Amino acid sequence: MDEKEVDRIKVNEDRRWRLVNRTMRLHGHQPDALIETLHAVQESFGFLDLDSLKYVAESLRLPLSLVYGVATFYHFFTLKPPGDHTCVVCLGTACYIAGSSNILKTVEEQTGIKPGETTPDRKLSLLTARCMGSCGLAPVVVFDGEVHGKMSSASVLENVGRLLNHDD
Amino acid sequence: MTIEELQDIGKIEKEKQEGFKYRIHVCVAAGCLSSQSGLVKEALEKEVARRGLESWALVKGVGCLGLCTAGPMVAIEPDGLLYQGVSVSDASDILEALGGPPVNRLDCSAHLPFFARQKKIVLENCGRIDPESIEDYVAEGGYGGLYSALRTMTPAGVIEQITKSGLRGRGGAGFPTGLKWTAVSKTKSNVKFVICNADEGDPGAFMDRSVLESDPHRVLEGMAIAGLAVGANYGFVYVRAEYPLAVKRIRTAIARAERLGVLGRNIFNTTFSFDVTVRLGAGAFVCGEETALIASIEGRRGSPRPRPPFPSELGLWGYPTLINNVETFANVPPIIRKGGAWFASIGTEKSKGTKVFALAGRVNNTGLIEAPMGTTLREIVFDVGGGIIGDRKFKAILTGGPSGGCIPDQFLDMSMDYESLAQVGAIMGSGGLIVMDDSSCMVDVAKFFIEFCMSESCGKCVPCRVGTVQIYNLLKRITEGGGKPSDIQLLEELCDLVKNTSLCGLGQTAPNPVLSTMRYFMDEYKAHIEDKVCPAGTCHMNPTEESQ
Ligand SMILES: Cc1cc2nc3c(=O)[nH]c(=O)nc-3n(C[C@H](O)[C@H](O)[C@H](O)COP(=O)(O)O)c2cc1C
Ligand code: SF4
Ligand code: SF4
Ligand code: FES
Ligand code: FES
Repeated sequence: MDEKEVDRIKVNEDRRWRLVNRTMRLHGHQPDALIETLHAVQESFGFLDLDSLKYVAESLRLPLSLVYGVATFYHFFTLKPPGDHTCVVCLGTACYIAGSSNILKTVEEQTGIKPGETTPDRKLSLLTARCMGSCGLAPVVVFDGEVHGKMSSASVLENVGRLLNHDD
Repeated sequence: MTIEELQDIGKIEKEKQEGFKYRIHVCVAAGCLSSQSGLVKEALEKEVARRGLESWALVKGVGCLGLCTAGPMVAIEPDGLLYQGVSVSDASDILEALGGPPVNRLDCSAHLPFFARQKKIVLENCGRIDPESIEDYVAEGGYGGLYSALRTMTPAGVIEQITKSGLRGRGGAGFPTGLKWTAVSKTKSNVKFVICNADEGDPGAFMDRSVLESDPHRVLEGMAIAGLAVGANYGFVYVRAEYPLAVKRIRTAIARAERLGVLGRNIFNTTFSFDVTVRLGAGAFVCGEETALIASIEGRRGSPRPRPPFPSELGLWGYPTLINNVETFANVPPIIRKGGAWFASIGTEKSKGTKVFALAGRVNNTGLIEAPMGTTLREIVFDVGGGIIGDRKFKAILTGGPSGGCIPDQFLDMSMDYESLAQVGAIMGSGGLIVMDDSSCMVDVAKFFIEFCMSESCGKCVPCRVGTVQIYNLLKRITEGGGKPSDIQLLEELCDLVKNTSLCGLGQTAPNPVLSTMRYFMDEYKAHIEDKVCPAGTCHMNPTEESQ
């Protein structure tokens, strides 16, 4: 990328970039800082956009293809902006045995979206996960980062409905 | 720091806590936190203050108490009472009952066999100490093992105890830990690394998470002892980003240990230094494989590479690297404190010590348990686990997750040890146990796991990348009612191919759940293929739709 572009990103530097820059500094801008840095970007901005990938590549002196390759390899990273709210249905073994595929189907039918997608009004993103480590509470659904255990189709409908109708 | 100073810290902490007539332990591990145990703890604290009992009753956050399904869990010491399903509104009754009969509606003594049948080594502090307090860990003898290793033993002596203990890796394969440590210690290099594998990829397992959340110092102490033994001064804990609480607790623990001088420069005033850094995983199952994990710490995609050379020769950044699982490290401090012979006296002939299991699925008591090696499946499912939910029929238990197998009821009296499990086509794995009843379809379960391996395959080698897709498509067809009699043989051939020609453990073990369900539940496969019915009623069969 040309220098101007880097400048543009740097000009836009706000508080959130500081965490990212600090992470890279902490690792001496070495190549092994990449994954930690991507975590910092995602924590600050909610997802990884092309601008931030370019910025990270430039700062760590890595080819963009490598940065992109890493960002897409790991499921934890997302390259699309999430909606206002998130609903993560656990599809780990314990939850699966407890019927999480029916719960997922319920949410899909209610929202009309598939895992990895966001509703057209950008209110809700639907995601799936492989075990949240709360298997004792299976089936588990995480709404906006909060773990809800022992879910049923009814209780998941209610929660999703609440998020969909929420205005802010 | 001298041993006297360390002991003083422990003594002062113990006296401080024993100065309270009652200690109310509230579980603040992830399971209970998600059922609002944080609020319960606050409510109890407020209630203590409201009654002016601050010098009489202590409210303390502790790690997992084990019976996660019944959370939020609260324990009353020194009475040994356990309360389940505690809510904010129970705070007043709990305090009222101190010193008298327990609050009946919360009392959990009905679950007694759950606790009585267990033996705790790794989990000895879980649910007893405050995971964020290093003093609490020291009060239980913590860092005493590191002190002995540093001041009274040689590195070779440490390895000798580990070898004598018979400890085997708890990450899945069961490789003898003493041998691994010896290999790394023999390499000549000024720089070596110790890595703690806390990636815990098996979906449906939460042992490592619970240990890190409940007793993080134990893992750090184990790593430091390992560093001393093999000659490494740097450690990494590679932990899943999906476990934010575990990440936070291990980071806090590192900071406190450095401040106390039991990690970092010149530990216990010796020349030994050991630094530990946390690295986050990013949601790739294959990164639990050691060479992929190393690539990930280096900041690259987690692609495995062929072994040999093993990480013990050529590991992180090309340096000799010791890599062990969380639970393996957690066993080390007690072995050093009590001796290898003590550890070797527990368990079976070839599988020593205990194993931590995450018991989940269709059992009444799901949670975190620890039992001596050699405990039978029946004891685990029916005594500790309290039997099947709704008294339905036990069908099978899954061990080892996506790399493991299903064990049917004819083996319920089998001893849980590495060799016996391998004999029936399953593996010990990392300790995830999923119990299934007659409502689970075994073909569907096989499909579930192969789907997992298919989407987690890193794509580096063809047998795994393509083979898992082929197996998945066959199983999908069978569960949708389009299976053909010849599919069975096709499945067998494909499984054989993927198992024997894949590059890393992911591909090599991916067919296991398919093979083991075919071995014990062929009648269910046949019912799907020939009669177009799913005996458990799980699969939506569409027999009219003739797929090819
Ligand atoms: C696909 C795959 C996933 C693995 N996942 C884990 C894991 O999550 N945790 C773990 O400790 N070991 C895992 N292992 C095993 C590690 O490669 C390694 O053997 C282990 O960490 C060694 O430690 P131990 O000797 O203490 O068991 C995995 C192996 C494979 C092939
Ligand atoms: S052939 Fe395809 S997968 Fe392989 S390196 Fe090239 S672009 Fe990537
Ligand atoms: S076996 Fe699968 S996960 Fe392992 S290297 Fe090959 S493609 Fe990757
Ligand atoms: S399988 Fe869903 S939380 Fe573990
Ligand atoms: S998380 Fe509280 S008892 Fe396990």
